[in-house]
Amino acid sequence: MSERIHSGAGGTDRARTVLLFVLVAVLILGTGFVQSWNTALVILNMGLVSAIMSLGVNMQWGFAGLFNVGVMGFVALGGLAAVLVGMPPVPEAWAAGGPRIIGALLLSAGVIALAVTLYKRMTPGRLRAFLVFAVVVVGFFVYRGLLDPAKEAVESVDPAATGYLGGLGLPIVLAWPVGGLLAAGAAWVIGKVALGLRSDYLAIATLGIAEIVIAILKNEDWLSRGVKNVIGLPRPVPYEVDLQQDPAFVERAASLGMDPATASSITVKLGYSAFFTVVLVIILIAAQLALNSPWGRMMRAIRDNETAAEAMGKDVTGRHLQIFILGSALLGLAGAMMTTLDGQLTPASYQPLRFTFLIWVMVIVGGSGNNFGAVLGGFLVWWLWVQVEPIGQGVMSLVTAGMAEDSAVRDHLMDSVAHMRLLTMGVVMLLMLRFAPRGLLPER
Amino acid sequence: MSGPAYDDRGNKDRTITKAGQVGQLRAADNRDARPVHSRDAFLIGDGMTGGYGRGADILHDCTIAVEKGQIAVIVGPNGAGKSTAMKAVFGMLSIHTGSVRLGGEDITRLAPQARVRKGMGFVPQNANIFTSMTVEENLEMGAFIRTDDYSDTMAQVYDLFPILKEKRRQPAGELSGGQRQQVAVGRALMTEPTVLMLDEPTAGVSPIVMDELFDRIIEVARTGISILMVEQNARQALAIADQGYVLVQGRNAYTGTGEELLADPEVRRSFLGG
Amino acid sequence: MDFLNALVALSNFVIVPAVAYGSQLALGALGVTLIYGILRFSNFAHGDTMAFGTMGVILATWWLQGLGVSLGPLPTALLALPAGIAICAALVLATDRVVYRFYRAQRVKPVILVIVSMGVMFVYNGLTRFVIGPGDQSFGDGSRFVISALDFRAMTGLQEGLAIRTSQAITLVTAIVVVAILFWFLNRTRTGKSMRAYSDNEDLALLSGINPERVVLVTWLIVAALATVAGTLYGLDKSFKPFTYFQLLLPIFASAIVGGLGSPVGAIAGGFIIAFSEVTITYAWKKVLGHLLPESLEPDGLVQLLAVDYKFAVSFVILVVVLLIRPTGLFRGKAV
Repeated sequence: MSERIHSGAGGTDRARTVLLFVLVAVLILGTGFVQSWNTALVILNMGLVSAIMSLGVNMQWGFAGLFNVGVMGFVALGGLAAVLVGMPPVPEAWAAGGPRIIGALLLSAGVIALAVTLYKRMTPGRLRAFLVFAVVVVGFFVYRGLLDPAKEAVESVDPAATGYLGGLGLPIVLAWPVGGLLAAGAAWVIGKVALGLRSDYLAIATLGIAEIVIAILKNEDWLSRGVKNVIGLPRPVPYEVDLQQDPAFVERAASLGMDPATASSITVKLGYSAFFTVVLVIILIAAQLALNSPWGRMMRAIRDNETAAEAMGKDVTGRHLQIFILGSALLGLAGAMMTTLDGQLTPASYQPLRFTFLIWVMVIVGGSGNNFGAVLGGFLVWWLWVQVEPIGQGVMSLVTAGMAEDSAVRDHLMDSVAHMRLLTMGVVMLLMLRFAPRGLLPER
Repeated sequence: MSGPAYDDRGNKDRTITKAGQVGQLRAADNRDARPVHSRDAFLIGDGMTGGYGRGADILHDCTIAVEKGQIAVIVGPNGAGKSTAMKAVFGMLSIHTGSVRLGGEDITRLAPQARVRKGMGFVPQNANIFTSMTVEENLEMGAFIRTDDYSDTMAQVYDLFPILKEKRRQPAGELSGGQRQQVAVGRALMTEPTVLMLDEPTAGVSPIVMDELFDRIIEVARTGISILMVEQNARQALAIADQGYVLVQGRNAYTGTGEELLADPEVRRSFLGG
Repeated sequence: MDFLNALVALSNFVIVPAVAYGSQLALGALGVTLIYGILRFSNFAHGDTMAFGTMGVILATWWLQGLGVSLGPLPTALLALPAGIAICAALVLATDRVVYRFYRAQRVKPVILVIVSMGVMFVYNGLTRFVIGPGDQSFGDGSRFVISALDFRAMTGLQEGLAIRTSQAITLVTAIVVVAILFWFLNRTRTGKSMRAYSDNEDLALLSGINPERVVLVTWLIVAALATVAGTLYGLDKSFKPFTYFQLLLPIFASAIVGGLGSPVGAIAGGFIIAFSEVTITYAWKKVLGHLLPESLEPDGLVQLLAVDYKFAVSFVILVVVLLIRPTGLFRGKAV
């Protein structure tokens, strides 16, 4: 397998790749030895998720030059999928207004379809503009008329505990592909609009849609409980409490010289690591195979010379749409995995700096256009993101060692450590762009 | 060149980057050019050999010269290096052998901007006006390096091209092709150059407009300004030329006065269509 | 039916706030559009540039307040503006020198500059939080209202009140002054014209002897001033919180794009279009309709088209519609 994946790589390239991944391993293991194994595994698990996100953005930017600054939105859609698939349904809420909400959603889809059809079929002119506008406006009010009462009914069903429709109650692992599909669907709509115009308007479109997705998650309580958060998502791995009550497990932990609490928490995290590693490896292999397939070569041909590719009859917009959807699907998948790992959906926690621009830092640091680079960047940058705070704390303690205990400057500096993260990420990104613009693992 | 390190990956997202080319103007690197001095002229690109950047040579021992107040025309088949030769004279093409001298002074190592200050006016073939600015603002920008009062020069340009005076408040981008060329020439004249270099000034204009433009160019030359011009319409251009250069594959193929070249059967057969 | 009361309510809740917000967006969009026109890229760090400049103003305001300086009814922040602009200008010029200039010399494709501006965004964001913290800071002082709702009612005897806050009045006046100066500068001065020339045709500008580094320098200075003024006005009108400024990026970009990137007039028009749409669509129309409609037709609900959180959706939908109809924005072809 590795032979095929590395086909075409020079010996130094491979040595460099191996060396850098060993560095990642050393950093994570080091965290385990110096801090705690729990911390190390937390970093590893989010690192795995970050690597998938980074692969998604790398696909879009690295292989097609598509500028997606709405990563957060696709990740959040994945999170929503985790809720919609994994949580048990709330029968009272469904009885209160479920079908009506579904009806309203179907109606809105119908209205949009009608408007689009009118726009496409009719000849441009005032009549068309008026009709499309009328359909959208009337449709909106009918939709609100249908949705609002049902929404209110659903949201008033035991709001402290549910107040939403719940999900399908299926195994949470199923949410991962569903998250990918949800994100792919959104990407299809965005791509159709933003890539289908005379010029490309993807950046602003993704920036906007990400904010809208978050606004929906925050406001549509019937769907996602809004800012009340959905907690207690089911898990693909056992619960710590159950493990601690299992005599066989306690015995095995004792034989390894660990107390049951630590052992259970590490076991659970290792379980996630195993799941995530399998997903990452599958995606990485698929991405490498795709990259070296005729399809991948065509993508690169388009990227390197769009005019020539177009002249040769390649459907550039179509290919771009394809890869945009694929990359976004990865983001949705990773988002669902992340929400599963967290065990909860908290819409307010989605911040562009963390979920959009940090992923970009990963891609830039790792190496745009190189799948292994993207994975490496995901791990390295995530490790740094987590560790900047303790490191900063240590540095600040040294800096302020000479100051008086009650010095205001000292207090301010110690408080500011929390903000070192953003600064560090910015500096890392700028240094990389300046001195190693092709990333740690450059595209061949 | 933005090397592969800073690849844009074919991105053409209009919401994040401005459409259109980043500036193409590159100053030539002529630091190590081996000087050549074959003869004297007011402006001479003497024995120029070189190419773009570190690329292959495009010009081979090519000499282009123009005397004070005269019109020199460079003609030749497509890809003969006509525009390239002119760009070399203007310092946009690196030459490793050869010299460029203006009024006896060696300007081989000067950047194009510095050559403008020395009295060279250059009208590129494409994108030679500020389309979003008015005609008058175009002329003002032409005079940007001047610190003295340039209203006389502007009046002279308006005398030369009366239509521009009429349209001076209109954005130059709204003018017709011929009028835009007049703006382009007018802009270059605003520095009061001693040499005016025109890269295919009649490209894409109708024959009538072309004749009119040539008339104006003759008028400019009469005021003592030397003209160096690359032309696609070889016959008409040679008819007004004091000196003509026929280039083939970056080399001087035939050189002579306009009349001589027009009369030369070899030149007629090969380049003027009989 | 009570037309006057409806009009007053409409002014109070929609027109006045939207004019103030529109002015703030317009100033922000002008900065974005200038950088786009001259440096050829969309600056993702613009929201954080605004935050940084405003922080400078806030620090200077606190210092002035500490000295006991006051402008009476006007906020002290106005007096602190030059200091904030200077601090912001120092930052952006230092950034240009250390970061952007290298890429200009390399003549990189503009999209690289966009990515670079992401890094700058992180740094600015971190710097602002480092100095002033992530929390809310209020720095407005002076009198709160030009007209309060109570006074207005007493004056006119109408049932509805019209309140105009000092910050709103100042926003409009300052924006008009700043825009007037900017347009005078771009259209009447030699340096301003050279900026437009450079934006229009880089090569020809070089051939005309325009020094690109000087154009870039002046551009950054203007952008620093615009960003600081926009940020300060926004902060006085609402409140200062670094994260909010980062979030302004979307409506600001939307304004600039709707108006036509690179066009200053477009940026202003775009700012007002986005602001008015956001406010009208997220405003609960119950009150206004209650005055206009006969009692039998009075609405029961709030008649709010979309929740306030969806204001981004409004910017976005307008943007998509404009791009579909007129891909170059409303004012095309007018480079900076």
